[in-house]
Amino acid sequence: MSENYEPNIVAFLCNWCSYAGADLAGTSRVQYPANIQVIRVMCSGRVNPLYVMNALQQGADGVLVSGCHPGDCHYMEGNFYARRRLGMLKDLMEFVGVDPRRFHMSWVSASEGNKWKEVVEKTVEDAREAGPFEGFRRRQIDW
Amino acid sequence: MTEKPKIGVYVCHCGINISATVDVETVADYALKLPNVEVARTYSYMCSDPGQVLIKKDIKEHGLNRVIVASCSPRMHEPTFRKAIQEAGLNPYYLEMANIREQCSWVHQNIDEGTAKSKKLVAASVAKVRLLEALESKEVDAEPSALVIGAGIAGIQAALDIADAGFKVYLVEKTPSVGGRMAQLDKTFPTLDCSACILTPKMVDCASHPNIELLSYSEVEEIGGYIGNFEVKVRKKARYVDFDKCTGCGDCATECRVKDRFPSEFDQGMGKRSAIYLPFPQAVPAKYTIDPEDCLFLSKGKCGKAPKCAEACRPGAINFDQVDEIVEFKVGAVIVATGFDPFDASRKPEYGYSDYPNVITGMEMERLVSASGPTGGKLKIFTGEGEIEPKEVAFIKCVGSRDESVGNVYCSRVCCMYVAKQAHLLRDKLPDANIRVYYMDVRAFGKGFEEFYDRVRRENVRYIRGNPSEIFKRGDKLVVKVEDTLTATPLEDEVDLVVLGVGLEPRDDMRQTMELLRLSQSPDRFFLEAHPKLRPVDTATEGVFLAGCCQGPKDIPDTVAQAKGAASSAMIPLARGKVMISAQVATVDESTCRGCGFCVNICPYKAIELVTVNRYGHEIEVARVNEALCKGCGSCSAGCLSDSIQPKSFRDRQILPQIAALGVLK
Repeated sequence: MSENYEPNIVAFLCNWCSYAGADLAGTSRVQYPANIQVIRVMCSGRVNPLYVMNALQQGADGVLVSGCHPGDCHYMEGNFYARRRLGMLKDLMEFVGVDPRRFHMSWVSASEGNKWKEVVEKTVEDAREAGPFEGFRRRQIDW
Repeated sequence: MTEKPKIGVYVCHCGINISATVDVETVADYALKLPNVEVARTYSYMCSDPGQVLIKKDIKEHGLNRVIVASCSPRMHEPTFRKAIQEAGLNPYYLEMANIREQCSWVHQNIDEGTAKSKKLVAASVAKVRLLEALESKEVDAEPSALVIGAGIAGIQAALDIADAGFKVYLVEKTPSVGGRMAQLDKTFPTLDCSACILTPKMVDCASHPNIELLSYSEVEEIGGYIGNFEVKVRKKARYVDFDKCTGCGDCATECRVKDRFPSEFDQGMGKRSAIYLPFPQAVPAKYTIDPEDCLFLSKGKCGKAPKCAEACRPGAINFDQVDEIVEFKVGAVIVATGFDPFDASRKPEYGYSDYPNVITGMEMERLVSASGPTGGKLKIFTGEGEIEPKEVAFIKCVGSRDESVGNVYCSRVCCMYVAKQAHLLRDKLPDANIRVYYMDVRAFGKGFEEFYDRVRRENVRYIRGNPSEIFKRGDKLVVKVEDTLTATPLEDEVDLVVLGVGLEPRDDMRQTMELLRLSQSPDRFFLEAHPKLRPVDTATEGVFLAGCCQGPKDIPDTVAQAKGAASSAMIPLARGKVMISAQVATVDESTCRGCGFCVNICPYKAIELVTVNRYGHEIEVARVNEALCKGCGSCSAGCLSDSIQPKSFRDRQILPQIAALGVLK
């Protein structure tokens, strides 16, 4: 592991809670590591577990999926699907030998700018400890 | 896709909000080298008129067919830029925003990091925007009616405004009477109008208005649908009194076997009511209600030989067999005006609210000084030894507000003034009493507030800066232990009566309302508005608006102003008669769908059904989406085995390139 390794994190955030919470962190000028790049989806239930694997294949060192708190989903039950699907994925990842520290799920509401910061810090820190991901890299897709 | 994407990238400085931590020129130069990017520019304020003109001009001159704006959050300005590119003749859904302000420049301080991250976000947007599809928003009819939840002053005002404009309003109130908290108040600050005098005419109006259907003693059970077409289910709780027959004479309550045994909710438990009751004399509707828990016949099955209320009721309105009734209707918009709860003073045990009867809350004080209150407006305080007229009175402000120990950091905005008002009213009634107010700060910010506060101080009400640490009993007196922080003097102040200036809290049943309408809370736990400044009455759920203290503590003028704002916003879809429904819905590729029905089970809105189609001469089942019901969450898609069902604008083929762009560009 190189000295100045900076993990590359891809995050999937639901539009209504976590993305709004991340926006609030911005409005409140909360500072957090710049390693995280966000992809906005309407609901955490949209996040196909394969997206997580895909992100790791494409070059991410860590992945975060964040949605509304269970029970607060803007679409009633989307985050329950996310929780179940991605919980299974996490087990599978461990099974196939991917360090579970590379994948995080969190529930951040639209009012939790500070929690968002904590989640990002934890995710980045864990991915840093896990080191650069050299696992099942696929050929780079020329997009 | 037939036409080749021609992308314009617009990087906003946002004054120095972005440009201070992101080298916008570098980002634009970088963008220009990305595939299919024709133009990349920066501008100080993209959202301003010249900024939008810049984009529109480029669309025409360069024949752009995709636009990326790298600026603030899409939650802020996506509609603005969609509209702009639409005006230039592009499909509004050919837009992608890169959030380089809220999620980049504002949260990172290092300009190299900010610039590098902005580049990646722009690249990911380029990856996605090329693959976006043109979408058409559809218009559907909107029901010309509204639902107002809560009939305090906010709900009443909103309902009256909408009804006066000619639309039907369903006004749902949980308790037996409209009026809410304002009905409990004696006088209102700073003008000292009598609260009942200004409120009761409005209460009567909303009950008699031809366009308002008042559903009192009712609760909203379910709200489905979407803006313009909400389907509402309301439970009208059984009053055990025939609504049409009851004349409100009150003979039943006088004859009730458990007459005046139960604490009256309206009088904050200081007065008593019977099991059959009218919450207060001016209640609207003036119809009696039996509390099923208090009523002997309903709770124990036996009330003497026969219930006396039924015997006493000449119109024969008592009906013990009445059951809850479910009412269903459709509305185009919803206003939430569910109000607040006063802070529960027993959560500050050091103030002895639960221990000493002469420690009371501001709400109790309102009832005590009210001519219609339990003492007829006489200041009789029960001290434990007997009834006295207090000579020494202390008010304590900020009880349950600005107090992290109880989890309320916010200022409740009304306590400073209601305490001043109550001090004034007490001064009127007790000219010789010593009245003092313990305060942290005096916030007299509203119209006429400072003047009123000055007046009260001149009326020999002493303001002492200090936050009491404890209240305890010594002899027949209460001792307020406090430090006067202006003179640094510790005091043990002996008084007869302590009034706690309790703050406002979110209602304890707000969770229910949140789940009903998918609302969010702000950090203070009140309902979250769509934008703190520019959309203060809107919520994240389209067609649902907020009025009054459910959104945050406010006084009556602010509540009324917000209610009027919510009413006028709610009337927009009603007056237009049409609403746009989102075009970002799911769609099925029927050629690959295998008809397993997983998506049908997943969909929370029952928007997907299996239909039989003919494929190459074979009858097969495939999924089909009802676009009016679909809200575009995409849960179906993540569960689809063949990736056949896809939410538009968030398709796999639109998201995967974003992932690739973010991963590859380490």
